[in-house]
Amino acid sequence: MKNFSGKVLFLDKSDINTDEIIPAKYLTEISKKALKPHLLEDLQLNGFAQGKDIQGKSVIITRANFGCGSSREHAPWALEVNGINMVIAESFARIFRQNMFNCGMMAVELPGRTINHIFQVFSGKETFIETDLEKNIFILKADGLEEKAGFSISDFDRSLVAAGGWVEYADSKY
Amino acid sequence: MGKTVAEKIFDSHFVDNPSGDIHVISLDAVFCHEITTPVAINDLVSRNKDRVFDPDKIKAVIDHVTPAKDSKTAMQGKILRDWAQRHNIRDFFDIGRNGVCHAIFPEKGFVRPGHTVIMGDSHTCTHGAFCAFAAGVGSTDLEVGILKGVCAFHYPSTIKINIVGKMPAGVYAKDVILSIIGRLGVNGATNKVIEFTGPAVDAMGMEARMTLCNMAIEAGGTCGICYPDMTTVEYLWEFIKDKYPTKEKAFEEFKKFSPDPDAEYHDVIEHDISRLEPVVTFGFKPDQVKPVKEMEKTKVDQVYIGSCTNGRIEDLRIAAQVLKGNKISDSVRGIISPATPKVFRMAMDEGILKIFMDAGFCVTNPTCGACLGMSNGVLAEGEVCASTTNRNFNGRMGKGGMVHLMSPATAAASAISGHITNSSLYRAGKEL
Ligand code: SF4
Repeated sequence: MKNFSGKVLFLDKSDINTDEIIPAKYLTEISKKALKPHLLEDLQLNGFAQGKDIQGKSVIITRANFGCGSSREHAPWALEVNGINMVIAESFARIFRQNMFNCGMMAVELPGRTINHIFQVFSGKETFIETDLEKNIFILKADGLEEKAGFSISDFDRSLVAAGGWVEYADSKY
Repeated sequence: MGKTVAEKIFDSHFVDNPSGDIHVISLDAVFCHEITTPVAINDLVSRNKDRVFDPDKIKAVIDHVTPAKDSKTAMQGKILRDWAQRHNIRDFFDIGRNGVCHAIFPEKGFVRPGHTVIMGDSHTCTHGAFCAFAAGVGSTDLEVGILKGVCAFHYPSTIKINIVGKMPAGVYAKDVILSIIGRLGVNGATNKVIEFTGPAVDAMGMEARMTLCNMAIEAGGTCGICYPDMTTVEYLWEFIKDKYPTKEKAFEEFKKFSPDPDAEYHDVIEHDISRLEPVVTFGFKPDQVKPVKEMEKTKVDQVYIGSCTNGRIEDLRIAAQVLKGNKISDSVRGIISPATPKVFRMAMDEGILKIFMDAGFCVTNPTCGACLGMSNGVLAEGEVCASTTNRNFNGRMGKGGMVHLMSPATAAASAISGHITNSSLYRAGKEL
């Protein structure tokens, strides 16, 4: 199972699309590693400095409809090779969300007001998140602050995360 | 309780319900192209699972970058080609016979009412025009589709959009779908199937219906669906005539997948197009839509007519009608890419290619081309393209480029004037 705890990258924008996550011109790459330097290369977001801000981060917290656009699984892969295995958002585009769990990664939705609150309290601070998959709790920490937020994922998604993805699961079952 | 189209299709393809509302369904077809499939193939090989569930239900095409532009894209093509050969996938379309996936597969009669289709491509929703459930998936879902012929989805919830009113002259399916996306927003149909119905859809040909369904994903929709009627039967007749004694019998059969009158919808929306004007996008999101006349000062450097949205023969005929006898502006690079060899040939036989060339357009082979900025027609920074494609994301056609989505008529008119312009077909419509 992958690691779902670590430093948080805040992206304060809705509708971040797959072309922004990884531009189409890199889809000719057949290895995941080659995608690493290009994650979020075309993202236009005030104050976001691609290389520096991604470095060392393990989790993205963002707004609504993250991952809309193309079906490219290169989007989760570009995250994965940068050490980011989890995105927390108000909502996701369907294909992106499914791709994340199919790869054994997590795409977790929290209510808009919780996301708002997290942005208000933690955005701009060096924030660390701990994921407790047994209790379904996130623990956010920054500057001595600590807050908890409950989450839920379906049993099916949980079994994909545990099995390490959909291929092994499906091949043994169907 | 009655069922929607997608519910009927799901129930007739049920395999498993592993948890909650997740349904695993069997697939009638798995479509493949050379960008998202090679990674799936490589992964299957590395897992020692280099198998396919049924070679006759897998259809593959090299379309995104063709001819190959460099060693990497050549390798992507090679991986797909070798794989198709070793698994006896007979419906594999390589250069000379290839075209944009969502144009060539319907043209070959591969999609029928009631079918389930997946592809590693978000615009797979196009095939819902045939009353199929067709959805874009990632490479892992594609991999499992190839291996086992199944895919998992949430049990579908549907938005019904009733398109009413008579389509004004010079206004097309592209304007209709852009106006719908403008209304729903890029997130408005996420995790939902959209049924497009109503008199305006009944009056559309299959090509216009494909344009509608093609862009369902731009509102987040899983699939766009149109109901089967005699238009559907006529389009498919050459492929199904051995199966049904008459067209009416085929329709009887297909009609089973139309929704029940008491089907339950997440939402039902009435969309009146009787006053709709030609529209165009203005930003980096497909829901940023304005009437063409409000964008008229926008200069364009390139005009692109093609893609799975608007590269079919009907689209080329409309653009040619606008271009006939005109030259495109000296400041514009015009590129037309007929979506399939059949479209190319028809356009040639009908004199349409000559009209494009006389006007000053470059005619390319069938390919995705400029649509995703991977091969011919990439924009330089700061450049603007008037395009009949379906996505205007930042960087889509080249870093720092701006894409305005519009109908083939508007694109052709904009090529002539050098800035975004309503076509003469629309003005003619107003005078009527
Ligand atoms: S034409 Fe464009 S949108 Fe359609 S399949 Fe090709 S790249 Fe995708």
